[in-house]
Amino acid sequence: MADSVATTNGTEPAVTAKANPAAAVATWADERLGIATATKKQLRKVFPDHWSFMLGEIALWSFVILLLTGVFLSLWFNPSMGEVIYDGSYEQLKGIHMSEAYRSTLEISFDVRAGLLMRQMHHWAAMLFIAAMLVHMMRVFLTGAFRKPRELNWIIGGVLLLLGILEGFAGYSLPDDLLSGTGLRIADGLVKATPVLGSYMSFFMFGGEFPGDQIIPRLYTAHILLIPGLILALIAAHMLLLVYHKHTQWPGPGRTENNVVGYPMMPVYAAKAGGFFFITFGVTALMGGLMTINPVWRFGPYNPAEVTAGSQPDWYMGIAEGLLRIMPGWETHIFGVTLSWNIFLPGQIAPIALLMVVLAYPFIEQWITGDKREHHLLQRPRNVPTRTAFLAAMITLYGLLWAAGGNDILATTFHLDLNTITYFMRGAIFVIPPLVFILAKRWCISLQRHDKEMLLHGYESGIIMRDAEGGYTERHLPLSPERAYTLTAHERPEVYAGLSGADANGLSAPKARLDQLRARLSKAWYSGDVQKPTVAELEEAHHHAELEHAHDAPLEGHAADGHQFDGRHEVAGEELTQKH
Amino acid sequence: MSDDHNHGTELVPAEPIENPGLPEHLPRPTDVDPVAEKRAERQVATLFGLSGVSAVLFCVSYFAIGKRDVFIGIEALQLALGTTLGLALLFIGVGAIQWSRKLMSDHEIVEYRHPAASSEEDRAEALAALDQGIEDSGIGRRPLVRNSLLGAMGLLGLPAIVALRDLGPLPGDSLEHTVWRTGMRVVQDVDGRPIRPEDMQVGQLVNAEPAAFFPSEEGEEPEVPEHEILAEKAKAAVILVRMQPDDIKDQERAQNWGVDGILCYSKICTHVGCPISLWEQQTHHLLCPCHQSTFDLADNGKVIFGPAARHLPQLAITVDSEGYLVAQDDFNEPVGPSYWERG
Repeated sequence: MADSVATTNGTEPAVTAKANPAAAVATWADERLGIATATKKQLRKVFPDHWSFMLGEIALWSFVILLLTGVFLSLWFNPSMGEVIYDGSYEQLKGIHMSEAYRSTLEISFDVRAGLLMRQMHHWAAMLFIAAMLVHMMRVFLTGAFRKPRELNWIIGGVLLLLGILEGFAGYSLPDDLLSGTGLRIADGLVKATPVLGSYMSFFMFGGEFPGDQIIPRLYTAHILLIPGLILALIAAHMLLLVYHKHTQWPGPGRTENNVVGYPMMPVYAAKAGGFFFITFGVTALMGGLMTINPVWRFGPYNPAEVTAGSQPDWYMGIAEGLLRIMPGWETHIFGVTLSWNIFLPGQIAPIALLMVVLAYPFIEQWITGDKREHHLLQRPRNVPTRTAFLAAMITLYGLLWAAGGNDILATTFHLDLNTITYFMRGAIFVIPPLVFILAKRWCISLQRHDKEMLLHGYESGIIMRDAEGGYTERHLPLSPERAYTLTAHERPEVYAGLSGADANGLSAPKARLDQLRARLSKAWYSGDVQKPTVAELEEAHHHAELEHAHDAPLEGHAADGHQFDGRHEVAGEELTQKH
Repeated sequence: MSDDHNHGTELVPAEPIENPGLPEHLPRPTDVDPVAEKRAERQVATLFGLSGVSAVLFCVSYFAIGKRDVFIGIEALQLALGTTLGLALLFIGVGAIQWSRKLMSDHEIVEYRHPAASSEEDRAEALAALDQGIEDSGIGRRPLVRNSLLGAMGLLGLPAIVALRDLGPLPGDSLEHTVWRTGMRVVQDVDGRPIRPEDMQVGQLVNAEPAAFFPSEEGEEPEVPEHEILAEKAKAAVILVRMQPDDIKDQERAQNWGVDGILCYSKICTHVGCPISLWEQQTHHLLCPCHQSTFDLADNGKVIFGPAARHLPQLAITVDSEGYLVAQDDFNEPVGPSYWERG
């Protein structure tokens, strides 16, 4: 009744309707900001639903939690390397020389109520932030959500992951405890290995010789202003592009390249996403309250002459640590200068190369497949076996390097020989990922075969039929039209065959070679892929099924016809009815 | 890949199954059953209520529980604050999601997509505007203006770089020297006590430092100022080890650098600079806990495993007139991680 001025049933006096207060506020705002035009569509903007779309949300919300808990911590943290003698409430460290940064971290942990909770929430949220970005990125990769027109959003996402890792490392270094100082010591070694400029870069970074008295305040500025500012700006760009492109969706009945089906932002997604923020926040609070993380008071203040056995960086630095550990000790001394391949390659070249491959990936795949069209429907990982297998190989490499980063822990935990583990890893990172690639590719292809099999011959019903001759067969039942459509809702691969005839003749020699390479890669990309059935194949299979069905016709309506399972009709006296 | 796809000319077969369209909407129990609807409403309100209770309990715990109170072996305040805050947040989240799933409309809506690109006309108009702007500026016709501007902008990068010069001093030769010098005592790293050769057993490892880090008399300042000690320690920290003189291999670089089987090595790893501290008495191997570079102290500190490329620098020691271990001189090579001009 909100749209009428008054209500009456004709016999009683009219009552004036209450003015809607929300409308009044909206009018007030619109007269000043003109927001109605901008919001009229966005308020009911449609988002499709799938559990995997939640992964990026975890990353977003954990960043918000990082901002909130970080502001709390900054009220007490003192980013200074000035030396003090500890006289706080943690008995074991009384009388010890330490930096102001470390003392204020102890103060937050022991003397500020809820300080330890916030510190641990901040650290757990940082773990969650990076992990969620990584898993979200894998989801986007596996389902082809990075394809045109979303390549730029993929790049923004890749840069966000890099910034997240740098931000995490800066934060890890701030408390100035023994572990964080050791991390900085290693960073100093990495910087010093830079050709030509290494020692200068190190001196400028630390304000003199390592550790100096500048690095903590400088990292603090980077940690609370510079990097979070960049992350915030890039998240804004990421979200704006998401809204502009509209979210991708899984193919299914009624879902096409030209539409997006789901629930409106207001109210369903506002409640779901808003609620999910509180769930992420709540889980982080429980973790921060109940699970110890980075107990800096146990490590003691930084001392360049001390380190503990089993020192480990935070998990997201694990692959860099692993590369550094398994690299052979190669160093070149030539013309009076030193080039430390053992540090420069794993510490600088490898991360940059990895980042470049990640950022360039959408364009590399586009070039190989020749697919320059817009895509809004997601792909099932099995339907792009080469891409899926590539990621499987990359995950394997990541896992191996991670294990290599903990080779000492592996050795002591499983009573293995440290040197053997290291030698094994040196070979394994080149041998095992290609094997996993082959395995994953074949696995995808057999899943494709299984899909095709189900489309042509139906699914296995588990019902065993005995025929007149006494032979046994399993009854196959046809898929529902919705399921069958969903299984076929993907594109047929088209191999890039290379230019031919007059087009090829016009190319210069290097370009022709490149074109041939592209054609070969394209062929390899699709090799082994199973085609979804054609109309003719499907008709043929259905015809065949009908013949079989005619054979079973006398059973129709009896318990043995199997239809009680697919819901086509009920069977008298059969209690197993399950509706699909 | 089936063969017919190697010929790009063949017709692609039509889609085998037509899109059946959006499935019919099925009502939820809360859509059709007022009892279920009322129940869901109560559930949501209860969850929100529990959140409020938890928030109040957080405040009560904050004031009621002492900082040092312990509950079943755990710090009680931390436990109470974490649990109540976590539950206060979780209940709001779970309540909001329950509300959206049970009570808000679950009719799916369809929105149409448009290509990311602008229309052809818009693009043409934008390009025309851009061309007009370029034309009006005359940047194409006046290369002198364009080039001088580019030059000026490029040179503006210099102040941005030069202004950062004072981030730190230049390295000079500071990485080549430590505080060690002729006659400086090698002392215990914990309390600064000097060490006599007879204090050390065969097989023993002692973490040591130069005497300059400790006051020579009670109440005096050490020779190295307090704020420089960490930076100097990052280069000058050493280890003393005593081995059977027979076990020590030929010391080609270091004739007479030890005292009765006691050798002194830099503690700073030549890989990326971690302090090396894991000593294998039987094999005379020293292992870096950071990246597992292993050095053989009986064989000139040679690298026998791991990512380090250079041997561990050795400090020549002798005994002074009072019988304490002292340095013969500074290290004769830079300690710690490699760098370009190290040579």
